[in-house]
Amino acid sequence: MHELAVSQQILIQVEQIAGERNARSVSTITLRIGPLSGVEPHLLEQAFPLAVAGSIAENAELIIETLPVRVHCNRCGAETDAKVNRLLCGACGDYHTRLISGDEMLLASLELITEEEELADV
Amino acid sequence: MCDTCGCNITHGNKHLLEPGGKLSKVEGGGTAITVLKSLLSENDHTAAHNRQHFDKNRVLAINLMSSPGSGKTALLEAPVEALADRYRIAVIEGDLETENDAQRIRDKGVKAIQIQTGSACHLDAHMVHDALHELSLEDFDIVFIENVGNLVCPASFDLGQHINITLLSVTEGDDKPAKYPVMFRAADLMLLTKTDLLAVLDDFSTERAETYLRNLANEADVLQVSSRKGTGMDHWLDWLDSQYEQHLNLIESGNTRKPNIQPDGAEFHAQQQHG
Repeated sequence: MHELAVSQQILIQVEQIAGERNARSVSTITLRIGPLSGVEPHLLEQAFPLAVAGSIAENAELIIETLPVRVHCNRCGAETDAKVNRLLCGACGDYHTRLISGDEMLLASLELITEEEELADV
Repeated sequence: MCDTCGCNITHGNKHLLEPGGKLSKVEGGGTAITVLKSLLSENDHTAAHNRQHFDKNRVLAINLMSSPGSGKTALLEAPVEALADRYRIAVIEGDLETENDAQRIRDKGVKAIQIQTGSACHLDAHMVHDALHELSLEDFDIVFIENVGNLVCPASFDLGQHINITLLSVTEGDDKPAKYPVMFRAADLMLLTKTDLLAVLDDFSTERAETYLRNLANEADVLQVSSRKGTGMDHWLDWLDSQYEQHLNLIESGNTRKPNIQPDGAEFHAQQQHG
């Protein structure tokens, strides 16, 4: 599966942001994952500790927010819930829809522990 | 990862971290930062770089995805012969362990670059970038990227291609688009292969396969070919012609084309957040 590859890409971004902020460690990493992104949250949870071992994010808590599958109908304009393999308009049944939620694979936010805070704590 | 030219070191994150902008203190005393960036932004950055490289050389890049054994290489062997007079073709082959597929293409007198992915289940933009170092793009018109045979992972990674073709061999069953929605949603063309076998398969309905594709809100073209018997090749080659012409027109007007893989929802959320 490619969840390890995804985890490694997350780490690269996290390390870069943490580096720019002179962070000492990363306490939480929040992701937003949609069912149509191709990433399985529970597999990501398993792969993630392997990717971050020995890194600045080693002890970070991984929070995965899953998002609903929603479509906007280009014909009738309705916004409705849909299923991953049935992205039809819930109102009129047309297949000319645009996905407005459900394929996200986003690094939403981070919480960092910075050097100053560490010193302040001491 | 590409670590030959340093392109994997992105500066893409910096603009997100506007001074003071998205910073706030959280309860634990840490610093909270809103990022809202694609998890694959590093891959996407390299993919964009690859795409620019293709565009600069007026090359149409096509990503072929499917299950193992659905006929990707056989499909390439056919146009390679038929199109040799019209297009200069190169093939980037993703293969787990062997050079067999690349050799089959080379036997046709066509340039083939092998990417041995080892146990990796997909190609990513960095692997393609490395392969491009071995290819003088100015010598080619169409580059086919034959992805690793897998209906799951390759769909999530932009390689810098312009078009995704998803092959579905009729022996696999007509409900594959429903079972692998991420993959088939990414298709700009669904190519039904081995259609000579339809005569002996009474449980594969081409109409049903297309219905399952439409259920994914995908308006992609659907074509049928049998590489072995040579049927459907005219339509397939006509389709390639039209895509190539369309591509050149886009390039002339300073535009490019991205495959159907772009995460609409993610962009929508990012816009909402910023807007």
